[in-house]
Amino acid sequence: MKFLIYRYNPEKDQAPYMQEFTLDNIEPGMMLLDALLRIKADKDETLSFRHSCGEGVCGSDGININGSNGLSCITPLSQLKQPVEVRPLPGLPVIRDLVVDMSQFYQQYRAVKPYLIVHDPEPEIERLQSPHDRDKLDGLYECIMCACCSTACPSFWWNPDKFRGPAALLQSWRFLADSRDQATAQRLEELEGAYKVFRCHTIMNCVNVCPKGLNPTKAIGNIKKLMLKRLI
Amino acid sequence: MSIPRKRFDTLVIGAGGGGLRAALQLSQAEANVAVVSKVFPTRSHTVAAQGGINAALANVLPDNWHWHMYDTVKGSDYLGDQDAIEYMCRAASHIVIELEHAGVPFSRLNNGKIYQRAFGGQSQDFGGEQAARTCAAADRTGHAILHTLYQQNIRAKTHFFDEFFAIDLIKDEEGYILGAVILSIETGEPYIIEAKTTLLATGGAGQIFRTNTNARINTGDGMAMALRADIPIQDMEFFQFHPTGIAGKGMLITEGARGEGGFLVNKNGERFMERYATHAKDLASRDVVSRSIAIEVREGRGCGPKGDHVLLKVDHLGADVVAKRLPGIRDTVLTFLHMDPVEKPIPVFPTAHYTMGGIPTNRYGQVVAPLGQGAEEPIPGLYAVGECACVSVHGANRLGGNSLLDIIVFGRAAGNDIIDFLKENRFHRPLDEGSVDQALSRLARWDQRGEGESVDALRQELQQTMEDYCGVFREEKVLQEGVNKVKAMEARLAAVRIQDHSSVFNTQRIEAMELENLFDVALATVTSALARQESRGAHSRVDYPERDDEHWLKHSLFYKKDHRLDFKPVRTKPLSVDSFPPKPRVY
Repeated sequence: MKFLIYRYNPEKDQAPYMQEFTLDNIEPGMMLLDALLRIKADKDETLSFRHSCGEGVCGSDGININGSNGLSCITPLSQLKQPVEVRPLPGLPVIRDLVVDMSQFYQQYRAVKPYLIVHDPEPEIERLQSPHDRDKLDGLYECIMCACCSTACPSFWWNPDKFRGPAALLQSWRFLADSRDQATAQRLEELEGAYKVFRCHTIMNCVNVCPKGLNPTKAIGNIKKLMLKRLI
Repeated sequence: MSIPRKRFDTLVIGAGGGGLRAALQLSQAEANVAVVSKVFPTRSHTVAAQGGINAALANVLPDNWHWHMYDTVKGSDYLGDQDAIEYMCRAASHIVIELEHAGVPFSRLNNGKIYQRAFGGQSQDFGGEQAARTCAAADRTGHAILHTLYQQNIRAKTHFFDEFFAIDLIKDEEGYILGAVILSIETGEPYIIEAKTTLLATGGAGQIFRTNTNARINTGDGMAMALRADIPIQDMEFFQFHPTGIAGKGMLITEGARGEGGFLVNKNGERFMERYATHAKDLASRDVVSRSIAIEVREGRGCGPKGDHVLLKVDHLGADVVAKRLPGIRDTVLTFLHMDPVEKPIPVFPTAHYTMGGIPTNRYGQVVAPLGQGAEEPIPGLYAVGECACVSVHGANRLGGNSLLDIIVFGRAAGNDIIDFLKENRFHRPLDEGSVDQALSRLARWDQRGEGESVDALRQELQQTMEDYCGVFREEKVLQEGVNKVKAMEARLAAVRIQDHSSVFNTQRIEAMELENLFDVALATVTSALARQESRGAHSRVDYPERDDEHWLKHSLFYKKDHRLDFKPVRTKPLSVDSFPPKPRVY
């Protein structure tokens, strides 16, 4: 099986280039991560990429695969057209090979105050929440922060410093939707302006690439609706 | 070479649940904390914990902490320290409620309280009916807890060093731990972190085995750092094999699958756990279920063309229960087996999962070792919590749902004890340059160029050897051969060369240092396993099938120097209640 892999080592290379690798003995059920590990072990030890849990829960290995963002550990080779083109996540500075600098992405995450804010005194027992209210967090809290969505979003490519991006906004909605949170007004106020939310033009790349099947566009829509409701 | 130096009150190494819970406690007390992690915090392996966290909230069935304590002592096969177990079980309810207040999205019951499910080894009334003690956020409880703790640390403005690898501890001649030498993975630059207190929270070492449920980062870094600082590690022969890893692949299928009503069958469709554990059946302790599966397969009742696994049935639970309570494992099975567990049973086999042993600590999280005056003297300035530590609440076998509890309870306790330590130790001690140089030479070793064995090949050989010679069933001859083989392989480490000598994001150099750590931990494991001539908990000796309380009701301590073993007594006296004396362990 043929692979074309993006290579760039700032200490050696003037510019990035694509390097071809061929692997034999592809076994059924092999994931792209298995192929990358084999290439690193057998063909070129200098290939750099992030990975850890190998089962799609840690979010380390977001990369661009044949033009679409995804996690290498849960992308079966059998689904991929050859040669498989593997690139770093688009739109973020490349540190080396498939490793990108995610600072801007994390910065936007921190900016939405991704933590529960409660003003009431803490009760002695757990705060009660009905199963119905808890259901509203499904599809939100599962985000693994792999950045596949935000780096697939043209609005984020253009304004990664101003537009919060789909991942951070999904988290923003996760707390707005939490019946326990008491900072709705503050959260919405901090999202005011032309950029933070409203750069979303519902292109929906984020929904298409999310490896956990989450829907940031819908979350952003909900935020916009809530902001509108506050105005009237 | 002048190396950048930074000073903090506390250095936390590892950003899983244990490290983050401690850091939160410290940041909220306005201590100056640095958290160093080789991966971005939410990538830490706590994220993969599925089933839940134990606490006797009694939201579903009657419960109290004393029953939880009994189950944990029994589950540990009486090797757990009963003072630490009492402390943990008493603290559990409060700790879980704190997590809820911090924002963890627990699943809920109709009355709005936290959802709790049945898990293995749990009973009401000291061995009676099944209890429901495991608080869950669907089957993503670790993810929910880890993300919440990271979020609260953002709020508390904890200082993070993301993607920095800890090379070694800094220790002075009086035995004080003064911080660590760390490496920026991104730039390749070493840093010295001077700290009045250092907390190791580096997680387990599942990567010493080939088939495991663990992430690639679980290489026992903290245990190996302790060993290199002349600190022994405790009870390493006790390694948990989780009964239900996906056969041949290793992905974890939570015990919650059985807690929700799933069960195991052999090739005859027989629910075989009824034979091994008449009372608890599929919810017996993990060591019991793993051995039962291994026996079924060995005696020819395994499933599949090779008869090498058994089947876990959840297909009778209905799509609703699976969607609501087990959505994560359904995804995993769909992704890796291309089948739906709602329709077909899941092929499973015992898989290396959890390191019961680790760096010896007391219930305050202080690292303790025999320093000449007693068996458990605190090493000044050094703390450890979670899977890298051995406090010991899990003894010879950990109960499901007790690992998340362990990291949160003792992460918090260590944070509190550090706050006290800082009040009495207000100044940094002078840095020990010799210790820094030693750490740097460990890094410099990998600058050697030329041809040599590869890191990857040697790691795979080590993992295969540990699986073959130190697995579920063990015996003298095989273990001795295992010790010899691992020692011989360790000698080959010196001839290993890496081909990547870049500074920037050099993952190969990190893997090389991780391999050194794996060797230290693997040797501790197989050496301790050879020494212990009895069967207790997860340590099953075919040649010594019985538990031997007369000779072996004691903790083992392994030292790196000369691979020496020492022993210390089990703390059988709880804090306030009567102790649970050893009894035959029946489920």
